[in-house]
Amino acid sequence: MLHGIDFSVAEGQIAVILGANGAGKTTTLRALCAMVAVEGSIRLAGEELAGHRTADIVRRGVAHVPQGRGTFPELSVDENLLAGAFVRTDGQVRADVERWYEAFPVLGQRRSQAAGSLSGGEQQMLAIARALMLRPTLLLLDEPSLGLAPMITRSLFEQLTAINAEAGTTMLVVEQNAALALGVADRAYVLEAGEVALSGPAGELAADDNVRRAYLGY
Amino acid sequence: MATGGLASLLGVFDISLDKLANGELWLAQFFRGLSDGATYASVALALVMIYKSTGFINFAQGSLALLGVYLVYVFSVEQGLPVAVAVVCAMGASAAVAAFVERVFIRPFPPDHVLPLVIVTLGLLLIIDSAVGIVWGFRTRSLPSMFPRGAPIEWGIAQLTWRTIGNLGTVFAVVGLLYLLLSRTKVGLAFRAVSSNLESARLVGIRVGPTLGFGWALAAAIGTLGGALVVPDLLLEPSIMLRVLIFSLAAAALGGLDSMVGAVIGGLVVGLARNLLVTFLDLSELALATAVAVILVVLLVRPTGLFGSTRVERV
Repeated sequence: MLHGIDFSVAEGQIAVILGANGAGKTTTLRALCAMVAVEGSIRLAGEELAGHRTADIVRRGVAHVPQGRGTFPELSVDENLLAGAFVRTDGQVRADVERWYEAFPVLGQRRSQAAGSLSGGEQQMLAIARALMLRPTLLLLDEPSLGLAPMITRSLFEQLTAINAEAGTTMLVVEQNAALALGVADRAYVLEAGEVALSGPAGELAADDNVRRAYLGY
Repeated sequence: MATGGLASLLGVFDISLDKLANGELWLAQFFRGLSDGATYASVALALVMIYKSTGFINFAQGSLALLGVYLVYVFSVEQGLPVAVAVVCAMGASAAVAAFVERVFIRPFPPDHVLPLVIVTLGLLLIIDSAVGIVWGFRTRSLPSMFPRGAPIEWGIAQLTWRTIGNLGTVFAVVGLLYLLLSRTKVGLAFRAVSSNLESARLVGIRVGPTLGFGWALAAAIGTLGGALVVPDLLLEPSIMLRVLIFSLAAAALGGLDSMVGAVIGGLVVGLARNLLVTFLDLSELALATAVAVILVVLLVRPTGLFGSTRVERV
């Protein structure tokens, strides 16, 4: 349950949402693409999203990587990526699939394997590549580092910043690994009990003593 | 001791050794079994389609097929269309009815809450079966087959009839076409995506409701085709598909509920087992019970059936 959450992400930026378990981070992301009921207003590039259904919000360019299970386990890696481009009608889909195989070589090696047979880290990469297949204007990532080894997490965040820089994809990331997330984000919001408790440029929050103690652990 | 035991066992089941030694009888029952099995398989395919996408058994499936078969009767016997044409028309009509039923009675319920949906399909079963009884009455009718009478190949009493060939050919054609539809088309991808992960399907922009509605329509068409294969061997009356449904459920359970190949093999096995049991053990009264026994044994011994996938949840 969220009450009066108010925040914004500037185009082309990476924003991160921090907060304890149960603070409402996941719910916030789910609200953005109508996976939970919403009161109020959600705007993407000036266009109202609230009141639309998930399928229509996706067609406006919002891709969402849900926590932990963003793939289609019974479908092959290749089919997962094609499903990610389900609403696209341009002829570039195949080229994009090959592009993400280049960015995530392990997916290319396993293209005809069922997604469910991949390791946790590989599945997370696949879920992100699947979301990117939409060519989203806004990418929502719910705990992308969940269950990943620290090294894989770091390379994943490097990939994300590279994609952000290259394609200008706006990203909103919910993340437990606050140090890492604040390192790549432009802006940060801290949720507490369903409300925005703190917000500001990521660098400022990273230097804030309260944030450090509560979320960075030093 | 052993021979005495065997003799008494033979006595109980009234097995005649003459029968057992009769190769032609075996062959004849083998062909009949394949033919019956193919019809069970096609209805089982319809069950598996819905089970795969929604995680529940659609008990109204047999009723939609029943309605379809009565439409075959109307189009062929009453309107005088060629049977094959009548079957195609009835498949289309039952698909339309199923799409309507799905839209009005199923879609208002959240697709991941299985129990209310199962209850609704049970209600639909009763409603549709009764409606068919009210409209067409309860007297039995005979339905012509799509395939010509006679047998191109005969060995004594064993005949490989056109009907057996037709039933088997139809079921394999249906499996082939379904495979192509599901693996090579966009609507197939949507259907499999919804089956695999409902939430992710929504998140890639798939409209889940219409996709499941499409599944219902397709399953009803396949069920109608299955009914049009099986009913000419029996007689058409409003409870006919209920009996077929039980054999098809056994076939689907044996095959693993979520495997199309499993449904076909399960159907053939159940068809063969039924004919051999009925012939050699004189168990015709217990034919239906054997189907239920198959369901029970599968659920007890191997709940995922022969080809079913075990669902593993990461926690």
